[in-house]
Amino acid sequence: MMEVRGVKLSGAEILIKSLEAEDVDIIFGYPGGQVLPIYDALYDADIRHVLCRHEQGAAHAADGYARATGKPGVCLVTSGPGATNLVTGIANAHMDSVPMVAISGQVPQNLLGRDSFQEADITGITLPITKHNYLVKDLSELARVVKEAFYIATTGRPGPVLIDIPKDISVTLEEYEVPGGLHLPGYKPVSEGDPSQVMEAAKAIAGAERPLIYAGGGVVISGAHEELLRLAELLVAPVATTLMGLGGFPGDHPLSLGMLGMHGTKYANFAVCECDLLIAVGARFDDRVTGNVETFAPDARVIHIDIDPAEIGKNVRVDIPIVGDVKKVLKQLIDILQPRLGEAWQEKIQMWKKEYPIDFCDNGTLKPQAVIRDIYQLTGGNARITTEVGQHQMWTAQYYTFTKPRSFISSGGLGTMGYGMPAAIGVQAGCPDDIVFDIAGDGSIQMNIQELCTAVNYELPINVAIMDNGYLGMVRQWQELFYNRRYSQTELFNPDFVKLAEAYGAEGIRITKRSEVVPALELAIRSSKPVMLDFMVEREENVMPMVPPGESLNKMLG
Amino acid sequence: MTHTLTVLVENTPGVLARVAGLFSRRGFNIDSLAVGRSEDPGVSRMTIVVEGDDQILEQVTKQLHKLVDVIKITDVSRDDFVDRELVMIKVKTETSTRAEIMQLVDIFRARIVDVGPKTLTIEVTGYESKINAFEKSLRPFGIMEMVRTGKVAMLRGFKSTTIDESQKKEDVY
Repeated sequence: MMEVRGVKLSGAEILIKSLEAEDVDIIFGYPGGQVLPIYDALYDADIRHVLCRHEQGAAHAADGYARATGKPGVCLVTSGPGATNLVTGIANAHMDSVPMVAISGQVPQNLLGRDSFQEADITGITLPITKHNYLVKDLSELARVVKEAFYIATTGRPGPVLIDIPKDISVTLEEYEVPGGLHLPGYKPVSEGDPSQVMEAAKAIAGAERPLIYAGGGVVISGAHEELLRLAELLVAPVATTLMGLGGFPGDHPLSLGMLGMHGTKYANFAVCECDLLIAVGARFDDRVTGNVETFAPDARVIHIDIDPAEIGKNVRVDIPIVGDVKKVLKQLIDILQPRLGEAWQEKIQMWKKEYPIDFCDNGTLKPQAVIRDIYQLTGGNARITTEVGQHQMWTAQYYTFTKPRSFISSGGLGTMGYGMPAAIGVQAGCPDDIVFDIAGDGSIQMNIQELCTAVNYELPINVAIMDNGYLGMVRQWQELFYNRRYSQTELFNPDFVKLAEAYGAEGIRITKRSEVVPALELAIRSSKPVMLDFMVEREENVMPMVPPGESLNKMLG
Repeated sequence: MTHTLTVLVENTPGVLARVAGLFSRRGFNIDSLAVGRSEDPGVSRMTIVVEGDDQILEQVTKQLHKLVDVIKITDVSRDDFVDRELVMIKVKTETSTRAEIMQLVDIFRARIVDVGPKTLTIEVTGYESKINAFEKSLRPFGIMEMVRTGKVAMLRGFKSTTIDESQKKEDVY
């Protein structure tokens, strides 16, 4: 579009220009009545559009794209059901602090509030699950709103922002003006940590004998992986990561303890129980991490570094809070810290690692853990891995050694089944040269199975590895352990996934024996098409170790 | 323990829903909430009275700060402040009780704002204990209806809860 002064553009055209001004190069979306003008303007634009098969898929794809690339993900849907179908995707992005801008069409303003056809109060509905949202009521605000939305979504603690645009706004004509500076008096994200607090933390670290770094998704989001590595090596401090923190610290590093919490490694959880200083970095003390908060890190002073002041002291008492961007605060800390020797503590940890390794009973049958380990080995740990939610997700966290940030893309806070495949589509669209695997369960994969068509349609060669045990495995595991093996509604009747893949135009491979695993994976990696791999794994394998819900971290089963 | 917060918010549609929704979904209790335009037409001032210990208050404040439309929060109850509430009470009257009620109105420095054949509508402002005492003294006559505005509060002296000049001017990005 040419920029000519005095020429009037429609609201839809102004929207597209505003998106281009934010360097948006891809939108995941689904058209409908109230976004017809926007789709019409998009027809001539230089923005790539991926037509998903369900709006939830579009939201997760935008989310996956954002997590893999670090750029904000954008999705576009129509009013009413189009917008409400985004809700799970927006909540998912909100829980995991993913920068996302969701744009929904709305009925024209003269029909607002009249229960019009395909009307839903989406700003009201998404109030608690967005970082901020807008209903545009005046075309002259639109360009500024888009600019604000991207600024809010991507700065501070990132999160989803929704813009609801009534159809009359899209079709009205007005002169486009590039918005000037933003005026957001109520929004001031901090970046540097308070130097006196950083000094306090440094003193506590110098006096600690058994420090432990507990690293969360904030490390990945702020790109602080190098600083984290430097800090850990400087202090010879072991690092336990949360699910969201995987890849934020190299999992093959001698100081890595892998994941902590409910399905964390025994040595990570023992280290939490015995450390005398816990350095929480971009993490939020989720109940899946802490278990019983009363007995969490009982002997430790707690340093909590987070960009969101509201996270500090929310779940766990904190001795030294530092509000700031994790990357910047870690730099500040490294600058004033002295190297320390942590030999006795390190010895104890190595002893735990030797005594309680993360392992499974490998009897040569088709075990899901073995399949995931093979995916790791075949891809050299260089693939981008998405997951659904359940047992396969935890096994992925345990048996795929993540060494790079943004290589593990999974629904952490909300735990959304059906996230993995659309997210993989977004990841593959954003990282066309990378190998992408969605490690899935036979339950989860059916929650957004329609997106396989999107992958085929746009020639996005994702690989979907289904750990097919014919159960909702994680629920079954809880029923086995806590409900006397009463498998209520957890045994699944499944379609033929191979035929299903073929029907969508993808490749399908069924794997029933261990010997078939590697050849099938090699075939999938080589294939230029999306491939669905149906691994008929051991049916009643459990995720171990496990801290029963509400228990202390040292009370692990398995 | 109750705290009285003065919250400056951008005067945008939905801002009340954002604030009220935050309280309910985070499980914080609001004793009263009063809102209206401030000295700056683009900014509304809310007075929120919350029940809770220091830890709850800290979370309330931090969560409120996360709302983009919230500009400034001041806990005026940590300082010297005045608070007032306006109440209207419609009370039943008989010829025999009218004089007595009017006497009470005088004592409490209330005002009669409407006179009906069998009712008096009385307006009273003041701090909570005065209003409660007035309400109690009218109860025997029969209160038909009562409406309270919720508390509004202000710091005493030269101090104020207005936005600093720096916050007004600052543009980002």
